[in-house]
Amino acid sequence: MAGYSFMNDLSNVVRMDEPITRGPMPRWQKKCMDSSSASVNMSLNASRNKMNASLNVSSGQSKTPSKGGSSRSKTPSRTPSKTPTKSPRSNPSSKSPTPGKSGGDRFIPNRSATDFDLGSFKLKQRPSGEGGSPTQAEKERVMSENLHGRDINNQRILSYQNKAPLPPEGYQNHLKAVYTQSKTPASVKGSTRYIPQAPDRILDAPEICDDYYLNLIDWGHNNILAVALGTSVYLWNAATGNIDQLLELESNDYVSSLSWIQAGEGEHLAVGTSLGTIQLWDTQAMKRERIMTGHGGRVGSLSWNSYILSSGSRTGQIIHSDVRMREHNVLTLSGHTQEVCGLKWSPDGRYLASGGNDNLLNIWPLDPGTMHTRAQPLHSLSAHQAAVKAVAWCPWQPHVLASGGGTADRCIRFWNCNTGTLLNTVDTKSQVCAILWSAHYKELISGHGYANNQLIIWKYPSMAKVTELTGHSSRVLHMAMSPDGTTVISAGADETLRLWKCFAVDPAKKKSAKEVKAEPSLLKTRIR
Amino acid sequence: MTETQLKAKNSITLKGSAELVMEYLNYGINSILFQRGVYPPETFKSVENFGLSIFVSTDEKIISFVETVLSQMKDWLLEEKVQKISMVITNITTKEALERWDFNVKYEAGSAGNTSDLQELKDTKVPKNGKTNGAPKSGNKELKVIQNEIRDVLRQICSTVSFLPLLDCLCAFDIHIYTSKDCEVPDQWNETAPCIIANSQELQLRTFSTSLHHMSTVVSYKAE
Repeated sequence: MAGYSFMNDLSNVVRMDEPITRGPMPRWQKKCMDSSSASVNMSLNASRNKMNASLNVSSGQSKTPSKGGSSRSKTPSRTPSKTPTKSPRSNPSSKSPTPGKSGGDRFIPNRSATDFDLGSFKLKQRPSGEGGSPTQAEKERVMSENLHGRDINNQRILSYQNKAPLPPEGYQNHLKAVYTQSKTPASVKGSTRYIPQAPDRILDAPEICDDYYLNLIDWGHNNILAVALGTSVYLWNAATGNIDQLLELESNDYVSSLSWIQAGEGEHLAVGTSLGTIQLWDTQAMKRERIMTGHGGRVGSLSWNSYILSSGSRTGQIIHSDVRMREHNVLTLSGHTQEVCGLKWSPDGRYLASGGNDNLLNIWPLDPGTMHTRAQPLHSLSAHQAAVKAVAWCPWQPHVLASGGGTADRCIRFWNCNTGTLLNTVDTKSQVCAILWSAHYKELISGHGYANNQLIIWKYPSMAKVTELTGHSSRVLHMAMSPDGTTVISAGADETLRLWKCFAVDPAKKKSAKEVKAEPSLLKTRIR
Repeated sequence: MTETQLKAKNSITLKGSAELVMEYLNYGINSILFQRGVYPPETFKSVENFGLSIFVSTDEKIISFVETVLSQMKDWLLEEKVQKISMVITNITTKEALERWDFNVKYEAGSAGNTSDLQELKDTKVPKNGKTNGAPKSGNKELKVIQNEIRDVLRQICSTVSFLPLLDCLCAFDIHIYTSKDCEVPDQWNETAPCIIANSQELQLRTFSTSLHHMSTVVSYKAE
């Protein structure tokens, strides 16, 4: 209320052309009333009228949305707008000499006549957009443009008044799980077998690329682990512990994927590079056999089906290469629009699964009579909400595929690829970087990112959690399984490789398994 | 007959374009509500569109709110009055704006050569009472291409979860439509103040164009 009356007073005082009613009139003013004040008021009046006129013009023009119009409108306001800002200041100066001339010999300040409120207001007052100098107005316009993206004087912001309902009381953002360190709430089912919680061994992996889209480790059937660290590929012999450097690329290049050929086809390693070439290496002779070109971007994923090497690149293309032929490019698949980061042939060779950064999971059927797929996908599955890197085929049900999505998805999904139906979905609460199925147990293991960077072992098909293996201090990027199926190696962005003996076989069971295995081979020899 | 069919195939009308924009905004807004966890995930269902599965709300009130706002937006879009649509997510208790999704609209000419004669024809019939009333603008961009572009943007919206800060409080959302000054305020609509996020970070997502409307999506969020 007080503020209002103050403003009222203020507006009265500021209107200079009206007679001053506040306080007693100073003597000097009374004296020179008829001579000086009249002229001052008149000049003020004139300038005010001018200003008003210019204001009307500018506001009328500013309605046109075009920028040119509004900037033009500023020019006429330049000349008159200067006068009102100057005039209050020049007012006292034009008046103060008068008492000196006509008044006594002393200056006596009259407190009752001096309005301190007005004085402080005038001092602090920022000139308003129209009244201020053109530079000030321009500054304000630029400010509002920066804040709102455009001049807000030319637009309206409208919103519907019947707002959307509020979320239910007490609801907690489910994404919280993605960001917190707490253990995931799913029940951990007790297991009868012993799973060591600590890694069996930890190996250093300096300079391993922290890139979700690459596939940098593979454990071959010859029990040799291939690891790509930056520009080099190293071979770690799991049996002897020997380490050999297989190759080193030029410094502007790096290794983006690795894949061992299937068992019984020799000791060949395919190496995909960031420049889009694929190198084929004979690891026994430590010799490069050939370089295959054809990709327009880095080769992030590789998968073998006998003599066909399928490779997916950043451009979204998948190329089937017959490594025996000079013209190796057999077929190019273009079912993805973005980088292909997950690529796996099914164990029976009937399907190829490819996951991409376009959140698609494509299932490609084998073209009968060849070793490569058809040009059109059998199923294009779009259920994932993020890039699909983790793809793994079930070893005992060759048509069942497990796929895991990135940070925005966090789900492991199971697919029946004969029908293209979704069998099951589990929310893991964390980015899924890799999935492997156990060869000995009806279980699978998944590698995760933020927040716990853990490996989770799940029972299939109940998807009860068996255990969680923690230890990596940064996300788990890749996983590979030893050829005997007992050990899982995980490569983390913390530049370590950790070996987990999580699928160790019970000696009693192992015996029976060996016997079963031995029999068909005996049968075979007999038939021959 | 075949010629007209061909023409129809490769052209997009202004109305169709506005509808596409509306569809994009509908899926975009629903997707944001789901991905940012504004509402419980169990109130969403998955819908296949643009070759994507998109989560859309099943809450009647949210559906009707979004639909009312967007259909009004479409009308303004046809009159070229919309400049920007922004979706604001605010903290319910403190009323602080936490995140703003700006969908900027630019109007494009479409295929000028094709439409000019049509425009002339219409102009003679219809009295000129508005810029857009008489001229049936049309573009020549293929629907498939547009849908692919929209799909890419929607995908990007999904993937923003990986860097946007967690909305760790009860949040409400609102949709503001920035229109030109001459736009009439309909019943139950009101002018509001612009929403500004203190200390914000901005990220420009992909853009798409229907050859009549060019949409760019920008997310601003509170930098911590």
